[in-house]
Amino acid sequence: MIEIRDVHKKLGSLEVLQGIDLTIQSGESIVIIGRSGSGKSVLLKHIIGLMLPDSGEILVDGVEITHLSHDERRQVRRRFGMLFQGAALFDSMTVEENVGLGLREHTRMSPEEVLAKVRACLDMVGLSGVEKMRPSSLSGGMKKRAALARAIAVEPEYVLYDEPTTGLDPITADAINELIRGLQQQLRVTSIVVTHDMASAFKVGDRIAMLHDGKVIFQGTPEETRRADDPEVKRFILGEATEAPFPPRHMEIAARRRTGVWRWLGR
Amino acid sequence: MESPEAQVQRPATDEFLDPVMSLGERVLGTLEEIGRFFMLLWETILQFPAGIRSAPRLVDQMYQIGIGSLPLVILTSLFVGAVASVQAAYQFQNFVPMRYLGTVITRSVVIELGPVLTALVVGGRVGASISAELGTMKVTEQIDALETLAINPVRFLIVPRVAAAILMLPMLTVFSDIVAVFGGWMIARLSLDVSTSVFVEGVRLFFRARDVFGGLVKAFVFGAIISLAGCYYGMKTEGGAEGVGLATTKAVVASSVTILVADYFLAELILRVIFGAAE
Ligand SMILES: Nc1ncnc2c1ncn2[C@@H]1O[C@H](COP(=O)(O)OP(=O)(O)OP(=O)(O)O)[C@@H](O)[C@H]1O
Ligand SMILES: [Mg+2]
Repeated sequence: MIEIRDVHKKLGSLEVLQGIDLTIQSGESIVIIGRSGSGKSVLLKHIIGLMLPDSGEILVDGVEITHLSHDERRQVRRRFGMLFQGAALFDSMTVEENVGLGLREHTRMSPEEVLAKVRACLDMVGLSGVEKMRPSSLSGGMKKRAALARAIAVEPEYVLYDEPTTGLDPITADAINELIRGLQQQLRVTSIVVTHDMASAFKVGDRIAMLHDGKVIFQGTPEETRRADDPEVKRFILGEATEAPFPPRHMEIAARRRTGVWRWLGR
Repeated sequence: MESPEAQVQRPATDEFLDPVMSLGERVLGTLEEIGRFFMLLWETILQFPAGIRSAPRLVDQMYQIGIGSLPLVILTSLFVGAVASVQAAYQFQNFVPMRYLGTVITRSVVIELGPVLTALVVGGRVGASISAELGTMKVTEQIDALETLAINPVRFLIVPRVAAAILMLPMLTVFSDIVAVFGGWMIARLSLDVSTSVFVEGVRLFFRARDVFGGLVKAFVFGAIISLAGCYYGMKTEGGAEGVGLATTKAVVASSVTILVADYFLAELILRVIFGAAE
């Protein structure tokens, strides 16, 4: 179980997370939705301890991770897998080396066993025959799937998916949705899925949480989400722009940032 | 080059406080950087035993840093030796017998020119490539990805680079010493009319193994400086391609300056304290 309690995080001059409270039960699949820039990726990075909150607590099975040492936090991370929004494959390694890295580092498997496992994982994401290729020669969707294979190869208890289906064709996207569901149901993997794709959200999620203005403004089952009265949620599901699609606050912040840079340069 | 916006938005009091504030900020910033650097150094030392256990990564780095730099080192050393020969001969004119030519070239190369110029040339090449590679990994979240696989980036990325650099720099320096003396001999022979036997006699005259050793100690330290500067600036890269470019520049500048400053202190240490005490 992951408990996020009143997490605040300021990045630069922007308060990205403004008191997030969210509990994720073991074995469930939760989908996090929200506008672009609402802090979904930042939230995932807090859950896996890549970013530390300014205040608030994050508990993984009762262990508060924000006060652990680097090494202790790494130990906790061995139970996690994460698919990055930009894939983040190691570009000095082949696909096979990428996917097998966690196994080679943390298990006593023989090279043949690692290879077999890598093949199996690549098969699961519908990628075969690219084992020896470098990430730079893969397409965007292939990179994403290779990164997904890398995340699940170490058989984590918790998998964080940052937009797993973005950039995939509808058929592959659906296969990935099935895979996420399959891992969760067969291996009791806890899934935390960030997505913009509502079809995927309804398909994959036991529960859907919406992030807005640095807070969780809504959480509920897909059914409840469809019937939600919250105007933000409604708009998000229907894909309608608000009257002012880019609120002036953001423009202001952008202007201020530029000023900051100019000031610094002027010194 | 104040932008008009900044002038309008900033309150008047800032005008007075700004130089003071910015000085304070800079001092604090520099102290913080130094602190961070030593934290990285400490972590590197702690992770050293674990980090060098992976032979393939270490060998790969040794190859890239050592073999990769060899042509550059040979080329520059050859000309360093040549110019040392020309300069020494010019200074000797009518005052010092030419049989000391070999002595002066060898000793200056072994003690000073070999280690320092090798470090500067390799520092440009290797420092830039380390910081660019790690910087790119940082901005494309590959370092984060390592962390999510519970792999310590210091152990996995930094230790092999530092280990390879501190091993390869002395070796490259030995090469550089030999090639430079060879270059000096070539010029002596070809354009200064100093015969080989006279030159070699000069080389042997005051040759001392401990000078070579002193030079190699320097090379070892320079190897650490180059690789740590590359790793430090690489790992703290932020903000895309521009950030990578900035990190690369900083790494090369920092390592070059530090090498020259460290050279002075090492010279004091080695010549006065260690060798001086032995005398
Ligand atoms: N390292 C950082 N430094 C400064 N600001 C950051 C950093 N990372 C993210 N931000 C800011 O935090 C906000 C949230 O970013 P985040 O990447 O979490 O958005 P997101 O919800 O994942 O959006 P998207 O759906 O487009 O991926 C953005 O305004 C972004 O500018
Ligand atoms: Mg995101």
